[in-house]
Amino acid sequence: MTPTHLPWRVATVAAAKRESVRAKAILLDVPGWPGHLAGQHLDLRLTADDGYQAQRSYSISSAPAGRPQLEITVERVDDGEVSPFLLDVLREGDPIELRGPIGGYFAWMPGDGGPLLLVGGGSGVAPLMAMVRARTRSGDKTPVRLLYSARTVDELLYRAELEELAAAGDGFELIMTLTRGAPEGWTGEQGRIDREMLAARGFPPDRRPRIFVCGPTPFVEACADALVALGHEGGRIKTERFGPTGDLK
Amino acid sequence: MTDEFIPLDGNAAAGRLAALFAAEPTTIVITCESCGREGPLGTLKLYGGAMGMILRCPECGTANLRFSDAGARATMDLRGSSRLTVYGAEAQR
Amino acid sequence: MLITRGFKGKARNRGAAQDRVPPGQYVTPDFPVLSAGPTPRTSLEEWSFGLRQGGQTIAEWRWADFENLPQTEVTVDIHCVTKWSKLDTRWRGVTFDDLLGAAGLDAPPTSFLMAHCDGGYTSNAPVADLAQGRAMIATHYEDLPIAPAHGGPARLLVPHLYFWKSAKWVRWLDFIDHDEAGFWEGLGYHIHGDPWREQRYRGDP
Repeated sequence: MTPTHLPWRVATVAAAKRESVRAKAILLDVPGWPGHLAGQHLDLRLTADDGYQAQRSYSISSAPAGRPQLEITVERVDDGEVSPFLLDVLREGDPIELRGPIGGYFAWMPGDGGPLLLVGGGSGVAPLMAMVRARTRSGDKTPVRLLYSARTVDELLYRAELEELAAAGDGFELIMTLTRGAPEGWTGEQGRIDREMLAARGFPPDRRPRIFVCGPTPFVEACADALVALGHEGGRIKTERFGPTGDLK
Repeated sequence: MTDEFIPLDGNAAAGRLAALFAAEPTTIVITCESCGREGPLGTLKLYGGAMGMILRCPECGTANLRFSDAGARATMDLRGSSRLTVYGAEAQR
Repeated sequence: MLITRGFKGKARNRGAAQDRVPPGQYVTPDFPVLSAGPTPRTSLEEWSFGLRQGGQTIAEWRWADFENLPQTEVTVDIHCVTKWSKLDTRWRGVTFDDLLGAAGLDAPPTSFLMAHCDGGYTSNAPVADLAQGRAMIATHYEDLPIAPAHGGPARLLVPHLYFWKSAKWVRWLDFIDHDEAGFWEGLGYHIHGDPWREQRYRGDP
């Protein structure tokens, strides 16, 4: 066994809830969980009966809450090796190996300051949800704008929760955009998050927002470049690239 | 569509690096030996894969850190980094 | 280690090819790409390949000259130390023996060599593992020029050793007196790397 102080633990699947047409939120009971920062991820390890193993990283979408239950959001990767298993086979009561929390660089906690600009593409919204939820839970009043891009309306994650938070009017603003067409009555944006949308809907550079960008690598690169071109400080832009398939592999 | 390998951020390296760092790896500040760039490990470009990891300076592309965790051991080659700094909680963020 | 109920993982059967698959390996139809750095982009105009020793160039070829050297086609199985094997891969290139011949060498000048590549990657091998038709500098895979992401314009091909030894983007072979660790060998992988003896990691017999 490779030496480590970050041991593999056995967690139990507490629940699995459909979150969108392609994704589920999976709740895990993790005895001995040391707590986490909003934005951190965990690694899952799956072992087939011949010993073959696969590992994947998933952002923790639940707020740090002082209780040992975590939520990860798993979106289907077509022909993927792991996501179809997690979505179609894994069930309540199953044990699963994980380690974490991992990653302190891409993290925000209430009290870290803002304003906070969160830019998420597809399942990249997962770690940003942890930040939004942490803020809500703590009563923190840092102004937040979440720019969230999904392909279609039924691929949006956490839609009801986010719209409710936006309606509460306590400094959280939600801008959703669909890149592959919108249904009748859609009042959000359409098209990719680009320089124009970031200029129009993000915080201006003179407010020096803390910025977190997460999603597939090409999405993150394009947004980060656009933010720098708009005049935001590179040092205040933190990125988490999921692989091209959307996996943090 | 090519098989082009697209690098991730240093964030994705943190789980495996836990074998060798007591500190949370992504916040360790690395000074590039080649160009002098200083930044958190989480900002380095991550190459490699199952065989091991190579973290490269985002400015000049120099390998700042090479790591392998094959075969029940963890090996790190820090040639390419002139300095590593870990900040205490008060100094961070 | 916890077995995950119902988890199968991607297709990896050995099937009828049992005797062709070294211990601990799975068979894959894919060609996974692993890279230590960004893909080098050397144009055919800039490219050259050489044999060197002690800082001196013994022989060097530009692309057109290299393509005029004797060409050999092989169909081989390849084995990655990460446990994937791919069967019946077809390559074309210039064998190590033909390179020595073209360089006017009756025999290799030393017993070991190090492959040097664009991007700085290196891998080492005993000359005996390259000679007698066991290795080539490959320029074509499945009848097409090797794509940059897979090591093009040319890569070393030493299929009887773990595939990390088949250095991508190879530019010269340096003849050296003693075996030295290349890139992965210096990070804990086996100095020799014979998949049939499962020489994966430093310290494996």
